[in-house]
Amino acid sequence: MPRLEGDPNQFEAIKLSTRSMSEVHTGNWRSLKPAIDHSKCTNCMICWKYCPEACVQIATGSPVIDMNYCKGCGICAFECPTKCISMNADAGL
Amino acid sequence: MRMETKMLDIRFHGRGGQGTVLAAKMLSDAILRGGKGECMAIPEFGVERRGAPVRAYARISSTKVRVRSKIYDPDIVVLLDPALATSENITEGLKPTGTLLINTDHKREELAKRWPGVRILCIPARAIALAHGLGPAASPVVNTAILGAMCAAFELASLQDVTGAVRDSVPWQVEENIAAAVDAYEMMRKEMGHAKT
Amino acid sequence: MKKTLMGNHAVAVGAKLAKVDVVAAYPITPQTQSVELIAEMQAKGEFKGRYIKVESEHSAMAALIGAAIAGARTFTSTSSQGLAYMHEMLHWAAGSRLPIVMADVNRGLGAPWILWSDQSDTLSQRDTGWMQWYCADNQEVLDSILLAYRVSEQLCIPCMIILDGFTLSHTYEPVDIPAQEKVDEFLPPYKPMAAIDIDKPATVGSLPSSKDYFRIKRRQAIDMDKIEGVFDRSVEEFASIFGRRYGLTEGYRCSDAETIMVMAGAVATTAKEAVDQLRQEGKKAGLLYLRSFRPFPTKQLKGYAKPGVRFAVLDRSYSQGHHGIIFEEMKSALYTCNPRPGIYGFVAGLGGGDITVELLKEMWAEADAGKPGADETVWLEEAR
Repeated sequence: MPRLEGDPNQFEAIKLSTRSMSEVHTGNWRSLKPAIDHSKCTNCMICWKYCPEACVQIATGSPVIDMNYCKGCGICAFECPTKCISMNADAGL
Repeated sequence: MRMETKMLDIRFHGRGGQGTVLAAKMLSDAILRGGKGECMAIPEFGVERRGAPVRAYARISSTKVRVRSKIYDPDIVVLLDPALATSENITEGLKPTGTLLINTDHKREELAKRWPGVRILCIPARAIALAHGLGPAASPVVNTAILGAMCAAFELASLQDVTGAVRDSVPWQVEENIAAAVDAYEMMRKEMGHAKT
Repeated sequence: MKKTLMGNHAVAVGAKLAKVDVVAAYPITPQTQSVELIAEMQAKGEFKGRYIKVESEHSAMAALIGAAIAGARTFTSTSSQGLAYMHEMLHWAAGSRLPIVMADVNRGLGAPWILWSDQSDTLSQRDTGWMQWYCADNQEVLDSILLAYRVSEQLCIPCMIILDGFTLSHTYEPVDIPAQEKVDEFLPPYKPMAAIDIDKPATVGSLPSSKDYFRIKRRQAIDMDKIEGVFDRSVEEFASIFGRRYGLTEGYRCSDAETIMVMAGAVATTAKEAVDQLRQEGKKAGLLYLRSFRPFPTKQLKGYAKPGVRFAVLDRSYSQGHHGIIFEEMKSALYTCNPRPGIYGFVAGLGGGDITVELLKEMWAEADAGKPGADETVWLEEAR
């Protein structure tokens, strides 16, 4: 039945959006996945600085990319002075 | 051309920037050129950002298409980006007799386990697009290759009508796009010939 | 020549073929491509008119009012919040008797923020003195723009051509694009009723006496009543040149129908499929498509209200504190019918909700069974 079900008195009159952008997992926008070759990485933090999604974590001193948010844009790989980041097909099939 | 089927409902899954909506539009145009039916291309608009998942629909009929609602039970699902399969149920509502056309380098036998019981067709549209310099590796523009492949696979339009539609629709790299559509068309036609024997 | 066009491009091609002199517009989703294409055609030299970039929709209409007073053929397009922002100037255009033609791409009104289609934006402008024509497909969008200039310029009444956001504006389908010579044959150059002239200074719309104001409004009303006749004659000419014919209303399988669905906009083509399916099931279903909302085609509608016929009215808007707007207009128009028909009101698809064949069949069945109360509005939601 397409009749609108439920008690309309119980429908929200005002919908407050409490959703943080951190809940939007933009990782599923990605078609290429970055991989860091840590043997070549100098921990210069340029990838951290350039990542437009701010998803390069450096808490441990060396970069770790948060795949929940990485859109696969490849800016980190392009900017990396030692070319230690490769972009790989992320088919997931 | 096989247009005796009264209606054919197609759902496209792609990403913003891949030309998903334009793929549906070019299909509509190619079918109009064939003169044996009509096709309505319906985009679904949500987040219009590069990389974000987008959908489009195409309804094909031997007469004027009238129904304008979304397509819930498609005959064909076209997957422009295989990575979308990890975050979306792309075969949702696909008819039991339906077909899934995927942009992938894999062979269909390799994907049978992923979608048991579903008829699968594969086209390496990404590789074809990149070979013709269409888009960056991070987001290749695969729509013209996909168009060629689907028109060959489902006998929707002739190669001449496909190239005509591409020439009239793409904003730049016209010859490269036509070459991608032709490559995919020929590749799929061979594949279908092989499948029949 | 048939081409695959989205509704927004049908709008732009229509304006180009009508040889519009001045376009002033401000972009808004989902109307944007209509003015983008006009600007692009102007850059290529295909569109010869002036394109005025403005800072708002209010200014867009104000600019067109100035241009139209000077004798120019004028065009704009907008949507939703943009149309609402234009409201004051809409009255000004109609009251000044300027045959401005505008496309509105239907989109719901905030709050909350919404991008998708319903008819709240245009139906909110019901009383501005503009004609309102709703379109069911992209061919009708293009054709209506040509027809609108033909009718508007004869009576000096502005006209709004309305197309569903996304469902038409972004949807591609085959459209027959008429040749320029044929359009020129149908649409002669605009000859204004009274144009300002730099050599004979005058103002338009300055303060009249209450008596003059009253009489100006009476004249506006009587000219609005002439639209039907002018429309029919214009459609005859249109049909002889282009082979396509339109009415203020259009009935589909209504001659022996017992329950008739009533609606405006692109959902009408989906409804034809619903009617055909109901007919196959042996049910006497019909569709009454309301192309013109202003003027409201009361006379034609009465022709469908045969004894025993019921109407299922689909609204994609809601007047808070009352009912769906087309539902109430139908009740008002058919009040004097004897016997008075059963009229049932349904609201669906607000803010772009999908309206499927199944939903329409359910609506029809409810009305056919006389289920809803006379003063009830039934809210229908697509379950999927």
